Amino acid sequence: MKRRLRDAPAAVLMLGASLTLLGVWTIYPLIRAIQTGHLSCDQTGRKCTEKGWGQYLDVFQSKQFQDALMVSVKLAVMTVPIGLLLGIGLAVLADKHLRGIGFFRTVFSSTVATSVAVASLVWFVLLQPEIGVLSDLFSDWIPALKNPGLLRDPDTALPAVALSSIWASLGFTFIVITAGLQSVPKELYESAYVDGAGSFRRFTNVTLPMLSPSILFISVVLTTRALQTYGEVALLTGGGPEPEKSTTTIPYLIYGRNSIISGNIGLKSAAAVLLFLISLVFALVQFRGFEKRVHYGN
Amino acid sequence: MATDIAAVNTTRGLRKVGRYSLLVFVAIVVLFPIYAVLLQALKSGPDSLDHPRSLLPVDLTFSTISEAWTQGDLGRLLMNSLFVSVMVTLGVIVTSLLAAYAFAFLEFPFKGPIFVFYIATMLVPGEVTVVFNQRTADSLGWINSYQGLIVPSLASTFGVFLVRQVFLQLPHELREAASLDGVGHLRFLWEVAAPLSRPTLGALGLFTFLGTWNAYLWPSQVIRGDRAHETIQIGLDRLKSNDISRLNLVTGGLVVAALPIFILLVVFQRQLVRGLTAGAVKG
Amino acid sequence: MILLGPSGCGKSTLLRMVAGLEDPTSGDVFIGDRRVNDVEPKLRDIAMVFQSYALYPHMTVAENIEFPLKVRGVAKAERAAAALKAADVLGLTDYMKRKPGQLSGGQRQRVALARAIVRDPAVFLMDEPLSNLDAKLRGDTRAELVDLHRRLDSTFIYVTHDQVEAMTMGSRVAVLNAGQLEQVGTPQDVYDHPASTFVAQFIGTPPMNLLQPGQLGSSDVRVGVRPEHLLIAAAGELEGTVRQVEHLGHEVLLLTESPAGRLTARVAPHADLPIVGETVRFDVAPHHLHRFDAVTGVRVP
Repeated sequence: MKRRLRDAPAAVLMLGASLTLLGVWTIYPLIRAIQTGHLSCDQTGRKCTEKGWGQYLDVFQSKQFQDALMVSVKLAVMTVPIGLLLGIGLAVLADKHLRGIGFFRTVFSSTVATSVAVASLVWFVLLQPEIGVLSDLFSDWIPALKNPGLLRDPDTALPAVALSSIWASLGFTFIVITAGLQSVPKELYESAYVDGAGSFRRFTNVTLPMLSPSILFISVVLTTRALQTYGEVALLTGGGPEPEKSTTTIPYLIYGRNSIISGNIGLKSAAAVLLFLISLVFALVQFRGFEKRVHYGN
Repeated sequence: MATDIAAVNTTRGLRKVGRYSLLVFVAIVVLFPIYAVLLQALKSGPDSLDHPRSLLPVDLTFSTISEAWTQGDLGRLLMNSLFVSVMVTLGVIVTSLLAAYAFAFLEFPFKGPIFVFYIATMLVPGEVTVVFNQRTADSLGWINSYQGLIVPSLASTFGVFLVRQVFLQLPHELREAASLDGVGHLRFLWEVAAPLSRPTLGALGLFTFLGTWNAYLWPSQVIRGDRAHETIQIGLDRLKSNDISRLNLVTGGLVVAALPIFILLVVFQRQLVRGLTAGAVKG
Repeated sequence: MILLGPSGCGKSTLLRMVAGLEDPTSGDVFIGDRRVNDVEPKLRDIAMVFQSYALYPHMTVAENIEFPLKVRGVAKAERAAAALKAADVLGLTDYMKRKPGQLSGGQRQRVALARAIVRDPAVFLMDEPLSNLDAKLRGDTRAELVDLHRRLDSTFIYVTHDQVEAMTMGSRVAVLNAGQLEQVGTPQDVYDHPASTFVAQFIGTPPMNLLQPGQLGSSDVRVGVRPEHLLIAAAGELEGTVRQVEHLGHEVLLLTESPAGRLTARVAPHADLPIVGETVRFDVAPHHLHRFDAVTGVRVP
């Protein structure tokens, strides 16, 4: 008997569990969301009317969605480059064989332990205008910390959310880049050294190219996270401050407490599918843009 | 000559001092938010509007933490989070091992398309699926239940990829030698492939545990006000009062929620990096 | 039985078909009188030693040797005894608690052998088992394998690309080239009467000299001469200019250029050797000439 057929029963059993789970909890809801994006429903979600594919365009062009998209994109622009630079900087800084370096590595990766909820609440407390430590320490330089408070000022609320996100992702970025650094063959550095390359040259000609797969990976993950920010907004600003709603991201527009479309499952689905597509486009653009510069070893 | 060497040594020494100073400075910046919140929780009572004027750890009290513990029923929430995270971690390791084995060691029809299907599901964000998963959970009667929290997370495409990568690096002859000895698939997986992938399985387990412990969106949608099944992350939200005078309470909750994970990380940090490196490097 | 051939000739594939790791596209595989095409590998009563040894890195030597028995459900005491016996045959008893990573290449190789012996199979399959060892160890292990073969008195099928292994170890040698069987016979027979120009050139170091068609025969025949059969003689039929003289200690190789093609001669290391650039003449006894078809390369009588 041919091997592919001989193995088939075993393959079915081994893939069965995960295939079923992915089918039920990922593919089915995705398909339902795409279908339901056609509909407009009342508060109960039972009475729905068919609106056709045009509803996707309507949602995309609506002011609320456009505003939320802007917020999500701004968040990505603020968090991704800074997060990447900090992550690479810390990883390179800690990639030396010094006494006690393990301690510093643990410190730098520590924020991977903080959840969205913990990180957001930590910053919520720190930035609290009345009792927050940061407000106390720096209000002389940044008056907005005390009045009205960073999270209550429409101009500073989003950067404050970004600050919390960058801090929370730092540990993850650090760990992935460190793992990338550790898999760079030592001979490459040695041969560059023998060739007379200085430390800056070695960084740009050896470290960065060898890190490029990790950097691309991190960049895609951070961008997707930024576009899909929900918890930080829910806990830090509640989408406010009103009436500008300067921190209402697309996920918060869909699931937030004061969401104007919360009852309409059709609109919610359409917005969620659009968010998926937008994330996909951003990821693809990054893959395309980086592709030629990424070096995947042999 | 001697002076040259001395000069080189001095530059090296200075560079070392510079690097250490930088490391210490960055470490302080990274840890400051955690330290400040910890201090706030330990220095003032739950009802205190006073806030620490000094950043030194003096006059510490556990009253805020203990009140947050009782008022938020945090013991119960911790146990819920622990139970859910352990179950999901074990489940993900098992499903990832099985699926990765099939992709790495078996030949079967439609292997390519099925693998593409796995890649595709990795791209679907939770934000899209939450709406209808909530409905599915509702129709199964899983709202406010452990099943609702656990079952949807039991398959991890990331895990399948990670483990498959390591399996593909195992020498092919091991499987062949075993099959000549009559070793079945499950036995080979359990006695040979899995033990040899331990570092990666450890990293996957840690990541899954962290991810589940820290999950927010899905638990907030599947647990609707049922405190018996609430996870710690959802419970924290309730401690965040709008009453400024009670604000300190949330710092106590934060300490309780974050501490177990910090300990876990400190203990396993090295394994985390090693497991990821093992998956990334071609052997 | 030795399967000998250059890399990529299909000898490993043949072995793997015997093992059941690969399905033949056509034809039947027999072990003894039994057709085993549809028999699972584990039921074929074979054991295999891989080039890379395929030891389980996380198990001790003892666990590695016992593993095939454990899978077959042999009781613990019984399999420990069997493992000890197999380890004793190969001198491994002092290493039973170690893991493969703590062993040298030669020791790992012996563990792989012990794991095969412990099953007491009808056929041993070996896929280049010595190619990862250094030259000295390879010589020692070769002798041990020959000894083992004699003691076990079972069939070995041994794949190698090393003709020295093939010549010294095999009771019979099968020479393969590009998926085709060129010749089967005892090592001496294959050496003395190569069935084709391929076999003639593949076996023997340095290989047999093949003269241009027409030299020492008709134009549709190529004549071959082993280097040791070229004798320096003033009145010899072949003439060559010395390009290089290689002193190997117990013998000397003369590499010469001649109208008939390159000629390599193996001569004794005596005092009056020709020097580079000198012209020498060789003589060959007629019964040492091998004749092959100039087109097909097949031996002609």
